[in-house]
Amino acid sequence: MSSLAVASTAAPPAESPRALRQQRMLSLGARCALPVALLLGIGFLAPLVAILAYAFATPRSFDVFTSFTLENFAGLFDPTNTVWISFAWSCGFALFTVAILAVISYPIAYGLNAVFGRWAGLISVFFVFPLFVSENVRLYGWVLFFIKNGVLDGSLKWLGFSGGPEVLFTPGITLFGMVYTYLPFMLFPMTLGIALVPRDLVDAARDLGAGRIFIWREIELPLAMPGIMIGMLLTFVLAIGATAEAKILGGQSIIVISHDIEIAFTYSQNWPLGSALSVLVTLFIGVLTLFALSKLDLDRMLGRR
Amino acid sequence: MTHKRTNALIWIWTLFVIAVIYLPIVCGALASFNKSRYFGFPIKVYSTEWWDKTIASIEIGMIVRNSIAIALLVTVLSVVIATCGALAFARYDWKGRRLFQKLIMLPIFFPQPVLGLALLLGFSAVGIQTSWMTAVFAHLVWIVPVVTLVIAIQVYGFDPALEEAAFDLGCTRLQVLREVTLPILWPGIWSGMLFAFLLSWSNFPLSLYTAGADSTIPKWLYAKMVAGYTPMVPALGTMATLAAAVLLLVGGLAGILLRRRAAA
Repeated sequence: MSSLAVASTAAPPAESPRALRQQRMLSLGARCALPVALLLGIGFLAPLVAILAYAFATPRSFDVFTSFTLENFAGLFDPTNTVWISFAWSCGFALFTVAILAVISYPIAYGLNAVFGRWAGLISVFFVFPLFVSENVRLYGWVLFFIKNGVLDGSLKWLGFSGGPEVLFTPGITLFGMVYTYLPFMLFPMTLGIALVPRDLVDAARDLGAGRIFIWREIELPLAMPGIMIGMLLTFVLAIGATAEAKILGGQSIIVISHDIEIAFTYSQNWPLGSALSVLVTLFIGVLTLFALSKLDLDRMLGRR
Repeated sequence: MTHKRTNALIWIWTLFVIAVIYLPIVCGALASFNKSRYFGFPIKVYSTEWWDKTIASIEIGMIVRNSIAIALLVTVLSVVIATCGALAFARYDWKGRRLFQKLIMLPIFFPQPVLGLALLLGFSAVGIQTSWMTAVFAHLVWIVPVVTLVIAIQVYGFDPALEEAAFDLGCTRLQVLREVTLPILWPGIWSGMLFAFLLSWSNFPLSLYTAGADSTIPKWLYAKMVAGYTPMVPALGTMATLAAAVLLLVGGLAGILLRRRAAA
């Protein structure tokens, strides 16, 4: 990232004041980016490098930078190890979360753009607010709802039914928890995406006699795709890293990959193994994210130009 | 018309989803007014006993102070860094801009538990003892990119010609920044501040690994959920939620006023 700052000084000499100012703007941009770049360099890249270094250290040791071994990675691919099962569960949950959330969010995102009118702002606030309530508080609320003698069970019994279903501590409720937690991360990029669809274009298609499903498939969906893609990517990536849902709601009936990582770092004190696992997850997520981001024009999405 | 029916369905669906979203929060609030130690529904005896105990607890007082201190510091620091970042993101055309726009998204797309562990590893590698101050740094890594995006949306909406005009009239760059750029960006900066505070206030995964022995509200709640449940859990959870709601309401109204004044 340091090359960015250097690049601007290499601009050709300017003649007019306007050109001079333009040149100054160039370096100004780089200088404005500097604090963020420094923060992320120290706070984001450096820890990843530390993880990478630990991943090649002797298993069950703390001698980072002094030893080099591939044993940790070999351990991950050992079929007797259960790591791949956690990884498969995480990917599966993430895929289902994305699919379910796409279906749930689309009508709402469409509504925010074209139906709710002056209520759209207030409705967005309702969807943003849960982000400001700690996720474990919200997930614990679901425990109180579903638990035996909880809100659902108790109400059903009070009404004379035999009581609620026992859904807590199952894989299904873990998936439910993820869908619940990551809804805003799907909804808002999707809303931005749908906002990119020009209304006139849809109206024109309708005037020319196109059917509603045809318009949706041929015009609305493709034009809204960048936003939908960001939403899907964001929810997928976040769901891969999810732990609280499996722990609080799922009662660890399923072990997800982040839980494996956490166990390696905390209880079993095997930092090199945990690091190797993190490297694997980071690579997976990093490749996916960079690939998707390379397909997007952020200026157009956020600036609506 | 069928169009009307579709719109009605969309309204019903949206309101249903909102109801589901708030259901667990309401359950927590209900549980906090339950007199007996263990939760059962319908609640037999309502009381504010656990609210009183939570407010009177010295331990919780300290945890609340930690959470506020972290959130305040994160707000101040992140807004300064992110305002610069947003200008680089959306305002100036410079060579590394495209790359910068993408790199800044990476921490947002990164799972927070893994980021928290990575930071913990990094701190220990260079021998820094974790405390609430390292938690501030960890929050910044995730919150600054978010706040940058929030402010960048405002930056996109502003006309660079205004700055150009001020330059042509002989303003120095500092004057332009103080008299033109910042006043126009103020509504976006304000929402960025709100986001920063509230996201730090509710953050659990980063605090869990990087706050060391210092606890925050979400961290304390989690510890009690896992072992040693007390009805103070829903009580404190509900209080934290209410505090966030009040802040969002007051901050949001102030933001609307700011926007009105900026538009006038």
